[in-house]
Amino acid sequence: MSLVEIHGISKSYGSVQVLKDVSLDIARGEVVAVIGRSGSGKSTMLRCINGLEPIQAGSIRVDGVKVNDPATNLRKLRQEVGIVFQSFNLFPHLSVCDNITLAPRVVKKQPPAAAREVAREVLRRVGLEDKLDAFPAQLSGGQQQRVAIARSLAMRPKVMLFDEVTSALDPELTGEVLKVLESVAQEGMTMILVTHEMGFARRFGSRVVFMHEGRVHEEGQAAAVLAAPKTPELQTFLSAVLH
Amino acid sequence: MIRTFSYIDVMYLVAAARWTLALTVTAFAGSAVLGLALALARIAPVAPLRWITAAYIHVVQGTPLLVWLFLIFFGLPLTGISVNPWIAAAVAFSIYGSAFLGEIWRGALISIARTQWEAGASLGLSLYEQLRHVIVPQSIRVAIPPTVGFLVQLIKNTSLAATIGFVELTREGQLTAAGTYKPFAVYITVAAIYFAMCFPLTQWSRSLERKLDVAR
Amino acid sequence: MKYGLQFRDVFAAWESILDGVLVTLFLSVCTMVGGLVIGVACAAARVYGPGWLKRLVGTYVEVVRNTPLLVQLFLIFFGLPSFGLRLDGLTAAIIALVINLGAYTTEIVRAGLQAVPKAQVEAGHSLGLSGLQVFRHVVMFPALKAMFPALASQFVLLMLATSVVSQISVQDLFHAASIVQSRTFRDFEVYTVIGVLYLGLAFAFRGLFAGIYYWAFVRR
Repeated sequence: MSLVEIHGISKSYGSVQVLKDVSLDIARGEVVAVIGRSGSGKSTMLRCINGLEPIQAGSIRVDGVKVNDPATNLRKLRQEVGIVFQSFNLFPHLSVCDNITLAPRVVKKQPPAAAREVAREVLRRVGLEDKLDAFPAQLSGGQQQRVAIARSLAMRPKVMLFDEVTSALDPELTGEVLKVLESVAQEGMTMILVTHEMGFARRFGSRVVFMHEGRVHEEGQAAAVLAAPKTPELQTFLSAVLH
Repeated sequence: MIRTFSYIDVMYLVAAARWTLALTVTAFAGSAVLGLALALARIAPVAPLRWITAAYIHVVQGTPLLVWLFLIFFGLPLTGISVNPWIAAAVAFSIYGSAFLGEIWRGALISIARTQWEAGASLGLSLYEQLRHVIVPQSIRVAIPPTVGFLVQLIKNTSLAATIGFVELTREGQLTAAGTYKPFAVYITVAAIYFAMCFPLTQWSRSLERKLDVAR
Repeated sequence: MKYGLQFRDVFAAWESILDGVLVTLFLSVCTMVGGLVIGVACAAARVYGPGWLKRLVGTYVEVVRNTPLLVQLFLIFFGLPSFGLRLDGLTAAIIALVINLGAYTTEIVRAGLQAVPKAQVEAGHSLGLSGLQVFRHVVMFPALKAMFPALASQFVLLMLATSVVSQISVQDLFHAASIVQSRTFRDFEVYTVIGVLYLGLAFAFRGLFAGIYYWAFVRR
């Protein structure tokens, strides 16, 4: 059984249909890069996986649990699905440590001392151990994004979603974030990344999914698809992105 | 027997101002408790609750404070509930104030970016946990300057308690003016005392607002 | 003792109530016009005037906004006669209300003027427009649009606040309530009906202002 099963989902915003009968299965340990033009529905699909966006048709299952079922406890589900946003979304009024330990303390009822140790460990993994008590305003964009990744990791999710996590960063800061994504991938985390970073997709992605106008237009082994795209739309997209 | 408007009268006026402040504090407490409930109800996921609250706020904001004052002080006793001026004023100001304070606090809550709600929800926090740990702490900073402004409004509003006989600063002024036949001097003094209470708060609210803008 | 609600007596006095409504409307409209004139003049003084004028207007605004309307009313009605200036209730009421509204309007108009981005004003000057032309063509319309909602809100609040003039025996809607009450002793019903009437007036004014806003600013 795949870790994430997306079957025939459709979603509309009012009269505009952004996802049209999308199906995708993601196995444990896979690193899937989702690429496409803006408006192709890739971020929307990602946000449907943890229930941030509702779907009008089809179903999504994470480790057997149906996401779009009204009976499902979304809070419990979200402890297993981590998400990192384009604009980091750190809590500005809390220190880095509090940002990371908030959910473990409040949702998982971990004692503060143990939670702080977990925070230290995940910060070490992202290379920011010395920023444990700093505040988000004191960090650079790249550092804030790494803290956001650490915050998600602290909940020990089964799968992590990344929504264009380097798009809002200055070019010289994307490298540090990509290095962290690399190490997370190498530890065997199941990752779904909406990204424009083709280099990362080629080196660490097991699969690439190209979305176009709300559908999965082409997919396959990362290196193969990026080197020899089959459909004209993907060819146009890649030549525009990799000029 | 007409007495002269003297230093003693001024002291009596200042003493009456204590009642203005006492009424203000009481009404603020009432407005705050009710206002917080209204603000949270207005952003609750339960639609009928939102509508009822919105209707309440529109009704209260669309009627003069004097109506609430008279309705409670003169109207309620006819249905068997007895009220004295202090209670009537405190209740009327609390009802009136809660509608305005509720809107101010709702504004503060919704000013927090949607992405903060999403980040909290994505970590598995419940609605209550999101409010308590993420949204409300950030809202408080935003809410303080207009809340201080509201306090100034409240102090001025308490002058209406004079119309139902409650002896705060304005009523004391009316009595003093009647006793000394020096209405201009008396009311100028009364105005000056109100100014002394309100102006510092107004300035404080402005400086808080400036600090908030700088921090953004 | 069970108290039966009896609205008929109140409705029977509809003529007194109607007179009250008319006076309230008259007061409100006069004050809105007067307050707007003062507000615009003072805001212009505050934004474009010399330093001493700015301070003078600033003092006026601060004094009026930090003292209660009721006290201002008493000062004019009861206090001015000490200087030989005896005014009737209605005149004193209008003067007090206009002075009061003027202070709040000044701040709203000023905020509207300052809401126009400086960059646009600079662009206007750079194109060779004179100060007056920049005001007329670049500043005026966006400023009006920005200040309109706050102004409409303040005007409705003012209409409701005119009820205080009842305390110097001006025969407005709130005063009509006490007349009816003294005749029927039905305090609860009287004030409920008066309250509903004010609510209706507030609704009507809000609708009117919303309509004006749409016609002037949204239709284009």
